[in-house]
Amino acid sequence: MSRITNEQVKHVANLARLEMDESEVEKFTTQLDDIISMAEQLNELDTDHVEPTTHVLDLKNVLREDKVQPWLSREEALKNAPDEENGQVKVPSIFE
Amino acid sequence: MFDKSISELHSLLHKKELSVSELVQSSFDRINSVENKVKAFMTLNEEGAMQAAKSLDDKLGTEDARGLLFGLPIGVKDNIVTKGLRTTAASQLLGNFEPLHNATVVERLQTAETVTVGKLNMDEFAMGSSNENSGFYATRNPWNTDYVPGGSSGGSAAAVAAGEVFFSLGSDTGGSIRQPAAFCGVVGLKPTYGRVSRFGLIAFASSLDQIGPITNTVEDNAYLLQTLAGHDKMDSTSANVDVPDYLSNLTGDVKGLRIAVPKEYLAEGVDEDVKNKVLAALKKLEELGATWEEVSLPHSKYAVATYYLLSSSEASANLARFDGVRYGVRAEADNLLDVYKKTRSEGFGEEVKRRIMLGTFALSSGYYDAYYKKAQKVRTLIKNDFEKVFEDYDVIIGPTTPTPAFKVGEKIDNPLTMYANDILTIPVNLAGVPAISVPCGLSDGLPVGLQIIGKHFDEKTVYRVAHAYEQATDHHKAKPEL
Repeated sequence: MSRITNEQVKHVANLARLEMDESEVEKFTTQLDDIISMAEQLNELDTDHVEPTTHVLDLKNVLREDKVQPWLSREEALKNAPDEENGQVKVPSIFE
Repeated sequence: MFDKSISELHSLLHKKELSVSELVQSSFDRINSVENKVKAFMTLNEEGAMQAAKSLDDKLGTEDARGLLFGLPIGVKDNIVTKGLRTTAASQLLGNFEPLHNATVVERLQTAETVTVGKLNMDEFAMGSSNENSGFYATRNPWNTDYVPGGSSGGSAAAVAAGEVFFSLGSDTGGSIRQPAAFCGVVGLKPTYGRVSRFGLIAFASSLDQIGPITNTVEDNAYLLQTLAGHDKMDSTSANVDVPDYLSNLTGDVKGLRIAVPKEYLAEGVDEDVKNKVLAALKKLEELGATWEEVSLPHSKYAVATYYLLSSSEASANLARFDGVRYGVRAEADNLLDVYKKTRSEGFGEEVKRRIMLGTFALSSGYYDAYYKKAQKVRTLIKNDFEKVFEDYDVIIGPTTPTPAFKVGEKIDNPLTMYANDILTIPVNLAGVPAISVPCGLSDGLPVGLQIIGKHFDEKTVYRVAHAYEQATDHHKAKPEL
């Protein structure tokens, strides 16, 4: 039984801000299904009483003083921007 | 020249028998003669490097030139940002990206006055095991150019093996330093998670990524780590623990050392010749006074699935920043949403998209507990396996990879076969412990890597064992003919 459907792949692609044509959707459906089948191997293990590991080091919140420090000039910060206007990054309109 | 060690080069420079300019020029000469076959570099920094070399030559013979890495040419993996020097992470999306600052490791190397000759090719955003996922071109294995150099730090390993640089920086999320080091017959260390700052490393999976050195010898590797290691306030996950003197630990003495050999690491699926090379290495260590016993890391077989769920989930979040707004190659569209979608769809390669899709799926509503959280729990079990073994043993030894390098094109069409290649390196990242790959012989003309795994922050024992083995054998002296 297929675990992943074409509709799911389209939904996830939209969440990830990726565009796909039908043939890519087909391919990713098959491949993600294979990978998820492999992942279901983990269900062999009883993990009800196991704590999840998010991080291997015993680190708690690392805080620093909230102080303004010089970093980049506006000019530098815009150096890699594909488009700019009046010292700000420019993008196409969000609304019609 | 290319087989010289860091200390030999330092001595030549110190005695003024060699100038920094000559040394850096020799690196570019070698690059010019072999790069068309190896394709290890993404961007060369010839003008900048020769200029830097010239100014360093003025310091030769003075107190300022005392540092061991002074004037030595280095290559840097292309996912580590270098101010003003194009950094692409081998992605078309970052094809025009010139970073505005240096990674902490690059700052440290500059303070040590090394000379960056260029940026090294890799699998796009470090996702891959063969360099075939580079968005530009695939690096080849210097031992046989029909074969892959491994990945994702394939360029970093191939450049050292080909004699283009004496050492390089790589990054390792699931084996990306150790596997290419094994395939190319060089020494590669993944330090303990937190040992080296990740500030300026383009993030793939933040809880697993770690920068480390790739070198010709264990001693050279220790010199590099000495410079790279240590707490950095710019990386809140870098550990505030003391950095020992790694060099003074290279004594050659392994008497009384207790080695654990996981039976899962010599099980079915591991090439017979690879297994024999590892057993021969264990015999050599026994002759030197160490003892070894078989142990079990029972959750090893779950590591690949755990890794792909966790690393892809983290990647899907980390790579959300590549939207074509502030930097990178923006695709034209009429509205912002389409800019995002077109930029990402045109800029990312297939493997990157596959992992973003997997990660987005594993984190999406309704699936989070079943996949992502489940994998985090299995990660705990894998980590506990290591902790239990390390209660009774000093190091864990096995092969770095189940087989030597495979052919270009052999695994690229089947992601699962490609992923399975990392089965012996992935558990180390999940546990966060340090591990090195050192050459342990050739199989049909291709290098085999021996993996030595240590306790958290115990790189010094890993180095001591690797160095004792290396010095008792000649495997590190074998060089490819190009």
